[in-house]
Amino acid sequence: MDQATATSIVEANSLDTLLAQAGSRWDVRTGGVSMPIHMAATFRHPALGESTGWDYSRSGNPTRDVLEALLARLEGGSRALAFSTGMAALDCLLRTLPPGRTIVVPEEIYGGTWRILENLSVPAGVNLRWVPFSDLASRPAQILSGADMLLFETPTNPTLLDADAAPILRAARAAGTLSVVDSTFLTPVLLRPLELGADVVVHSGTKYLSGHNDTTAGVLVVRDAALAERLAALQNTTGAALSPFDSWLFLRGLKTLHLRVARQQESARELAAALAAFPGVERVMYPGRGGMVAFEADSPERVESMLRRVKIWIFAESLGGTESLVTVPSVQTHAAVAPQVRERLGINDRLVRLSVGLEDVSELAQDMKQALENA
Amino acid sequence: MNILTDLVHAGHWDEDPTGTSSLPVFRGSTFSQKDLGGHSRWDYGRSGNPTRAGLEEAIAKLEGGVAGYAFASGIAAVNSVLMMFQTGDHIVVGEDIYGGSFRTLTTIFARWGLGVTWVDASDLEQVEKAIVPATKAVFVETPSNPLLRICDLRGIARIAHAHGLLAIVDNTFQTPLLQRPLDLGFHVSVHSGTKFLGGHSDVVAGLVAVSDAAVGKRLYAVQNGFGAILGPDDSWMVLRGIRTLAARLEAQQRNAARLAGWLAARQEVSAVHYPGMKSHPGHDLHASQTSGPGAVLSFDLGSEAAALAFLQAVKIPLTAVSLGGIETILSWPCRMSHASMPRSERLKRGIGDGLVRLSAGLESVEDLEADFAQALSGG
Repeated sequence: MDQATATSIVEANSLDTLLAQAGSRWDVRTGGVSMPIHMAATFRHPALGESTGWDYSRSGNPTRDVLEALLARLEGGSRALAFSTGMAALDCLLRTLPPGRTIVVPEEIYGGTWRILENLSVPAGVNLRWVPFSDLASRPAQILSGADMLLFETPTNPTLLDADAAPILRAARAAGTLSVVDSTFLTPVLLRPLELGADVVVHSGTKYLSGHNDTTAGVLVVRDAALAERLAALQNTTGAALSPFDSWLFLRGLKTLHLRVARQQESARELAAALAAFPGVERVMYPGRGGMVAFEADSPERVESMLRRVKIWIFAESLGGTESLVTVPSVQTHAAVAPQVRERLGINDRLVRLSVGLEDVSELAQDMKQALENA
Repeated sequence: MNILTDLVHAGHWDEDPTGTSSLPVFRGSTFSQKDLGGHSRWDYGRSGNPTRAGLEEAIAKLEGGVAGYAFASGIAAVNSVLMMFQTGDHIVVGEDIYGGSFRTLTTIFARWGLGVTWVDASDLEQVEKAIVPATKAVFVETPSNPLLRICDLRGIARIAHAHGLLAIVDNTFQTPLLQRPLDLGFHVSVHSGTKFLGGHSDVVAGLVAVSDAAVGKRLYAVQNGFGAILGPDDSWMVLRGIRTLAARLEAQQRNAARLAGWLAARQEVSAVHYPGMKSHPGHDLHASQTSGPGAVLSFDLGSEAAALAFLQAVKIPLTAVSLGGIETILSWPCRMSHASMPRSERLKRGIGDGLVRLSAGLESVEDLEADFAQALSGG
């Protein structure tokens, strides 16, 4: 890491302080407290064979570098890489698997992850072993036997099954399996998988990390420096790096991450408790942590009518932003999953996923209640 | 609707055909006019821009006003408000107003012939006595900058109404989340949007909300004629900031309250000015007209040398002009915000050379206390 990027991080250890001053100290020349957006595509060389440390923005850009350095620090990794989307980040990681290698993935996983594995990894000769999430949680050692990579989420999307990541990660280490946690739902504020033994953390930065529903981004944070270097070379080769402007928006979002996640979790807990008593709600899924809640309604018609009647909730896919979003996974986020698998996992046309935002929680509850009532 | 919900949905745009979760940045400087009868909603970016309008509607709604206006800086907003008056008019102004407002009144508007009488706005009698036949407005700030003095908003509004004056307040320190002066009878609420509203120390902006449509019309004529508007990108940035205002300000306020108590217990600190402290002379009045003490305080280290040593030794806060950002910011009024005020005037107003202003950020308060402790003990 160059000197400027290193000094951009405040000398402190607590997450709150690191976040509040995201990028605030890079610009020593002017003292500007907001990280400059370096739009340059290329960088002038001082002389033949010399470099300022930056050559070409795909390979490295000062604004993206600061974001990556901070993300590495937040997760406790040796290095982080920022991509144009969460899927671009995952794609980069999956490209490290040569044909014949085996990857273990719980069936309960984001639909886009399902799609990339089935449509890109399988044709590339990777052996894909789908397992029930409950098996991974209860007997990880057996599940992981012979696996080269494990990729999982906790809590899962969208049915919010949750597991203690520590024993799973210990089992992966014992089995010599590279463990990858998609930590999009919890963020380093609530879970730091590398500290529990994970090798790689992947994030959709579009969600809580940037947090305002106004940019798409992806992140890999890596424990091992040699693997990080390989991934950086891949990122430079395939080129899905995050743009300077989006890197800056991401940094701006991080400044309030600790506040947003805490408030969203608090509201989610309250809402999850209230939902059970709402008309037509059969089952509420909430693991007790994070800002995501799901519920199953008594009929698809109820869901359809609710979506037409909500006034504050926004019917859209995605999650983790300041606005509360309501999603129907079966037709939105998980449409790519095979229908019979969806049905088995409970991702049916009565399942509703909620991303709780920063609005007044009693208004959110009231709005959902009235929308469900009149079905 | 509850203000928390309004804050999050600030700038959501009903006219948008895509359903986007973020109001687009409309950069067009001009708009093709389909209605050649001159009734197009949008014609030229200075006169009106959809992104800026999203922000202007948001500040009007948050302040409980009828219209809002966005300017290129807080001081552009103050200047534009003052340009509603004319040569020969007179206004009554609180003497511990922001240094930049003081400068524009004593230089630009003094040259124009706008009369000013400076008063201690916390003394309603002084305010009323300063009114002359040419008086058109009263302009105050509460809490004031940098001593956090409190003036009685209801009392000043009452005087203004009784004399047919415009009541103008700079509401930057409190934001509409904590203080809604238009509800208390004020006509105009001015903001430096650079501070808590934008909130990330990354945009310079000014905002105004008005409670009266006729006043709004006058101000719009200045905005469009004078043209110190906020650009589309910056309008979008302020809107983005507003979404987390409540989460930020509540946490910053908590940190400020704790730091105020911590500082007051230190022997190196001769005074702490924070309206959240029971010992503050304006504590009760402030509590009666706001819903929180705010996140700004000031404290006195007794001398120029002590303030300088402290500011050079701290590691976490930024030493900078401005406030209301996510980072804790320390400023030195005698050299920064009030440098444009002559020293004699400054001292008369109680702004000594050892006074330090603190805007609490979102860092861990334990980190800040540890840092202050090492800085006060000589670095």
